[in-house]
Amino acid sequence: MYAINTVNLTKTYKDITAVDHLNLQIRPGELFALLGVNGAGKTTTIKMLSGLTRPDGGDAYIHGKHIVHEVAAVKSMTGVSPQETAVAPNLTVRENLALMCGIYGFSKEKQAAKIHQLAAQFDLQPILSKKAGKLSGGWQRRVSLAMALIGEPSVLFLDEPTLGLDVLARSELWDIIRALKGTVTIILTTHYMEEAEALSDRIGIMKDGRLLVVGTAPELMARTNAERFEQAFISIVKGANT
Amino acid sequence: MKSMNKMRPARMMTFAGRCAKEILRDPLNLLFGVGFPVVLLLLLSAIQANIPVPLFEIAHLAPGIAVFGLSFLTLFAATLVARDRESAFLQRLYTTPLQAADFILGYLLPVLPIALAQSAVCYLVAVALGLPVTVHILTAVLALLPAAMFYVAFGLLCGSVFNVKQVGGICGALLTNLSAWLSGVWFDLELVGGAFRKIAYALPFVHAVELERAVLAGNIAEALPHVAPVIGYAAAVTFCAVLLFLRQMKKQ
Repeated sequence: MYAINTVNLTKTYKDITAVDHLNLQIRPGELFALLGVNGAGKTTTIKMLSGLTRPDGGDAYIHGKHIVHEVAAVKSMTGVSPQETAVAPNLTVRENLALMCGIYGFSKEKQAAKIHQLAAQFDLQPILSKKAGKLSGGWQRRVSLAMALIGEPSVLFLDEPTLGLDVLARSELWDIIRALKGTVTIILTTHYMEEAEALSDRIGIMKDGRLLVVGTAPELMARTNAERFEQAFISIVKGANT
Repeated sequence: MKSMNKMRPARMMTFAGRCAKEILRDPLNLLFGVGFPVVLLLLLSAIQANIPVPLFEIAHLAPGIAVFGLSFLTLFAATLVARDRESAFLQRLYTTPLQAADFILGYLLPVLPIALAQSAVCYLVAVALGLPVTVHILTAVLALLPAAMFYVAFGLLCGSVFNVKQVGGICGALLTNLSAWLSGVWFDLELVGGAFRKIAYALPFVHAVELERAVLAGNIAEALPHVAPVIGYAAAVTFCAVLLFLRQMKKQ
């Protein structure tokens, strides 16, 4: 069974088709990057798959559960790290993690164990007692990512996880995402070519709501006779214009 | 299923606890929520000591300030909701098992004890300034609950519709001014009369103040006519706030 399976998934806003008949199959444990310029439909796709936005057409399933008819089951299987840094600013990092544990109904023992585990996994120990709003952008993203993992999701959506971060913070976050590979299915949206190339098992390129191609970075480069992935991306997106 | 239902109040309380912490840990909130009403009480009592005015006698002034202080709670609640929407924090929580009722109660409930604490501080200062200690102080604190509900629900309503900047203007400036002018705290509405008085009595602010004054005086008969307008407005605003919150939730 696929971790994610969409069949003609469509979303329109007034006269704009944000996602246009999306057909996509993602295997369990895969890290799949959705790449595209602004307005390509990446975030809308994530919003639909995580139960935030209702599609206007088509179907989608997370581990066989329908995203509209079985939304509670879908929510219990998914975690989302939104584009903006979504942390409670006046709460400490520990309290932010505890908040998510409480929302998922963890016992005190499980909460303590989970915070300990995530603090070790994301190197959060030095900042556990600091207010989340006082942290740098890179640390806030790290906390945001840890919060997304508290519900022990089998599918994790990372919407532009490194947007606005400096090179060092981005590299550190890449290491964390790499370490998650294989343990959870990850759908990552980005418009950084090197990020998609470095992290993903497969890449899907979207434009104007349509999925243009799906493949590994070498496959997409071979397909366009490009030496660099960025060239392949430009060629595919520009080719879709004609 | 049963265990899921048992978990729901705990989840809501977890979220409510977070909302309370966010409000109480903001120094500006404490400054305006507690500091400003106390300063007003001290300042007007000092004026009263030099130039006696019946309106500023402590038994008359303290209930008015207690009600006026609630207008800051609107700003706190609205800012919290608007900031959560803007920062995508709410979007994150919408993907968790929290449900609409958990969000609405989680935003509303923690502000009510803050309102009671705020009015208790106000009356404690009033006692220090000469307000006689009676059991009516306790009932006056509790009698603030419907007005507190009105102000807090108005905060949820504004936070569901406006962004943080707009909330600052609408709740921080407009509502506090309306609450001041149309409540009869700072001047006697009878002195202005006419349309101004009619408008004031068509709105809940003056009713909340007169209800509070009557309860503090132990005069239940005088309090009763003001109960329905305050509860009515609180119920109507809460209803609208819930609808608008659900609408923005759906929009997400």
